[in-house]
Amino acid sequence: MIDAAKIAALGILTLLFAMAANWGTDLVYQVHALLLALLSAGLFIWSIRRAGGRDRYAIDGPRPETGYNDDVVRAGVIATTLWGVVGFLAGTYIAFQLAFPLLNWDLPWTSFGRLRPLHTSAVIFAFGGNALIATSFYIVQRTCAAPLWGGRNLAWFVFWGYQLFIVLAATGYVLGSTQSKEYAEPEWYVDLWLTIVWVAYLAIYLGTIVKRREPHIYVANWFFLAFIVTIAMLHVVNNIAIPVSIWSSQSVILFPGVQGAMVQWWYGHNAVGFFLTAGFLGMMYYFIPKQADRPVYSYKLSIIHFWALIFLYIWAGPHHLHYTALPDWAQVLGMVMSIILWMPSWGGMINGLMTLQGAWDKLRTDPVLRMLVVSVGFYGMATFEGPMMSIRSVNSLSHYTDWTIGHVHSGALGWNGMITFGALYYLVPRLWNRERLYSISLVSWHFWLATIGIVLYAASMWVTGIMEGLMWREVDAQGFLVNSFADTVAAKFPMYVVRALGGALFLTGALIMAYNLWKTAVGAGETASARPVPAE
Amino acid sequence: MADNDKNHGAEQDPDVSAASDASEEAAHETPQRGWVLRNHALIERNAFLLLVFSLIVVSIGGIVQIVPLFYLDNTIEEVDGMRPYSPLELAGRNIYVREGCYVCHSQMIRVMRDEVQRYGHYSLAAESMYDHPFQWGSKRTGPDLARIGGRYSDDWHRAHFENPRDLVPESIMPAYPWLARTPIGSENIEAVMRANRASGVPYTDEMLAEARADFRTQADPDTGDVDALLTRYPKAQARNFDGTPGESELDAVIAYLQMLGTLVDFSTFEPDASR
Repeated sequence: MIDAAKIAALGILTLLFAMAANWGTDLVYQVHALLLALLSAGLFIWSIRRAGGRDRYAIDGPRPETGYNDDVVRAGVIATTLWGVVGFLAGTYIAFQLAFPLLNWDLPWTSFGRLRPLHTSAVIFAFGGNALIATSFYIVQRTCAAPLWGGRNLAWFVFWGYQLFIVLAATGYVLGSTQSKEYAEPEWYVDLWLTIVWVAYLAIYLGTIVKRREPHIYVANWFFLAFIVTIAMLHVVNNIAIPVSIWSSQSVILFPGVQGAMVQWWYGHNAVGFFLTAGFLGMMYYFIPKQADRPVYSYKLSIIHFWALIFLYIWAGPHHLHYTALPDWAQVLGMVMSIILWMPSWGGMINGLMTLQGAWDKLRTDPVLRMLVVSVGFYGMATFEGPMMSIRSVNSLSHYTDWTIGHVHSGALGWNGMITFGALYYLVPRLWNRERLYSISLVSWHFWLATIGIVLYAASMWVTGIMEGLMWREVDAQGFLVNSFADTVAAKFPMYVVRALGGALFLTGALIMAYNLWKTAVGAGETASARPVPAE
Repeated sequence: MADNDKNHGAEQDPDVSAASDASEEAAHETPQRGWVLRNHALIERNAFLLLVFSLIVVSIGGIVQIVPLFYLDNTIEEVDGMRPYSPLELAGRNIYVREGCYVCHSQMIRVMRDEVQRYGHYSLAAESMYDHPFQWGSKRTGPDLARIGGRYSDDWHRAHFENPRDLVPESIMPAYPWLARTPIGSENIEAVMRANRASGVPYTDEMLAEARADFRTQADPDTGDVDALLTRYPKAQARNFDGTPGESELDAVIAYLQMLGTLVDFSTFEPDASR
């Protein structure tokens, strides 16, 4: 009966999407409707073939019988790795475009303006988002001693629904569909879809916590819960838009000009604050104690910095709008809160680093732990640099320059990237029931390639950013500007090459990781374990 | 991972107190002293309390910073000259958005000496009051465009879009040769203007009714009533922007660029010191 209803529903969906493709008024809408029609048709046929049969799951290999829903975590680990490589590749490519504009190929689909959102969304939402969903599902089950609420299907809905969101967003960008709001570029129907998926994610997460068998909610879950609910709020408010028509991919954002700018950066900075910080702190609070085999350093500190962090982050948006047409009171408020934010940020860093008390020796021998710890180091650096750059006089130099790009990447590559790599190295042997990783020395290779890549990236962007900031404002004795804008562009060329090479190193590291994880999952590590492993 | 022979685990290291030395109780299970810690146990034992408290805590900053911008009178300056985009300019703006120009070009001149000298009068909030969404940008890989209108000729823009390096050898901007080759229709422009009106842009019924005619007239002044266009959209520039017959995407983009920053009459503008 349920099968019949499902098949009927999929058939109707296929038809509706096919009709939407016919009525669509623009290319992106038609392509997306066709894509969804094909997807529903595929599911329709698949459901017919499976009707009445038993569930079969595709991922092979011995799997531990944990009693938890780990299939979706395994899929999330694979997706995180794949999207990571895609996102880093896109980033490296557009970095080369900035050095060598020939690489835009004079084509709409490969020009920088369309590929840049593809890169940012691929790394933040596809790589980071999948990492968050996979690790949060893994962590919440173990720290609550309860399987995911809502059963297998709801968890799979979140996973596949999220992948569909990514595919719709990415294809939209390449074809020229964007709201032009940074990190919120997908158009209205993609936003609506993500809202549905996100509510399901929140329901699973909250439901699992509610039925936990531990009296207390573990600190990692506070961060994950705050991240999920805040992102829901930010996403909904920031994307309020009026579609041009339901047959059009285009919409008009509700908030205009200055109010729109404030809303956008309230969202934009908290995509950093909650997606890339609170959620990843949840990862930190699980994987570092586990990998170091030490309890969290301070329980009191985790309480204080949790509440301070989520309270303060939300105020930091206006520091993206210093000296603009945003009223001064809002700018100053944003600056003050951003500077205070330094404290809870470092509270988290201290709590993560000091968890190694009594286990510092492991850094010599365990490159996975080293990765996790270096990520917290980068977190500390980025959260010092950020408040500093939010000071108005510093910002007057740094804003609009590459310095901001370098700052973002020392956070994204160093903190989000490294902690995700560490988590993946932790998870894969456990999820595929392997004794150990395929190769520890490849982890070391990855660690050093990534670290050197980040250093090249951050250093080159400091140089270009501060240089162009100074060149823009340089005046001669008569008070005239010294440099034309084109002069500053030309001066940045060598550093743009260095930055792209840094990205290439980071990408190479990720490819090595993908290979290592693959070999681990298929069991190649079992035979290799007899080999002596060189220590770094 | 840790089982290689050079790794002495902490439990074998006499200088280190190992986890196994600790009492069986986890840290968060030890009795807590102090009002905050005792009461925090309430929140961390109840998922809904945790959720609700988190939501309240994260709501405050946004409410304080965003809501006043909608009712404080001095948020948007009183200026003369601002008007909604003409249909052709709006279509050009949509292409500007579609191609991700905002990724590399700001439209926000900050109140700093060098910026005012390089780009012109600092940007006012009033100048983007009809922008849904704003195009202030966050990065200047290329120069600011807030007052690009009238700075260069249409010919310059045409050549520049065809290949920026023909005019500026140092430029790293992508070329946009397809704009000139892609015809643009006005079928959807009225719907776009309606959606803008629904978001608060004061398009009149007349503007909507004449949208398609105005669109053609601005790119091809011989075909329509330019005076009527100028009455509806003062200071609109009507000419064949791309230099070829018919309307191309390039017409729309250049029409948009040529009007940027040209509307406000700064001779009557008085800055508000309290802002």
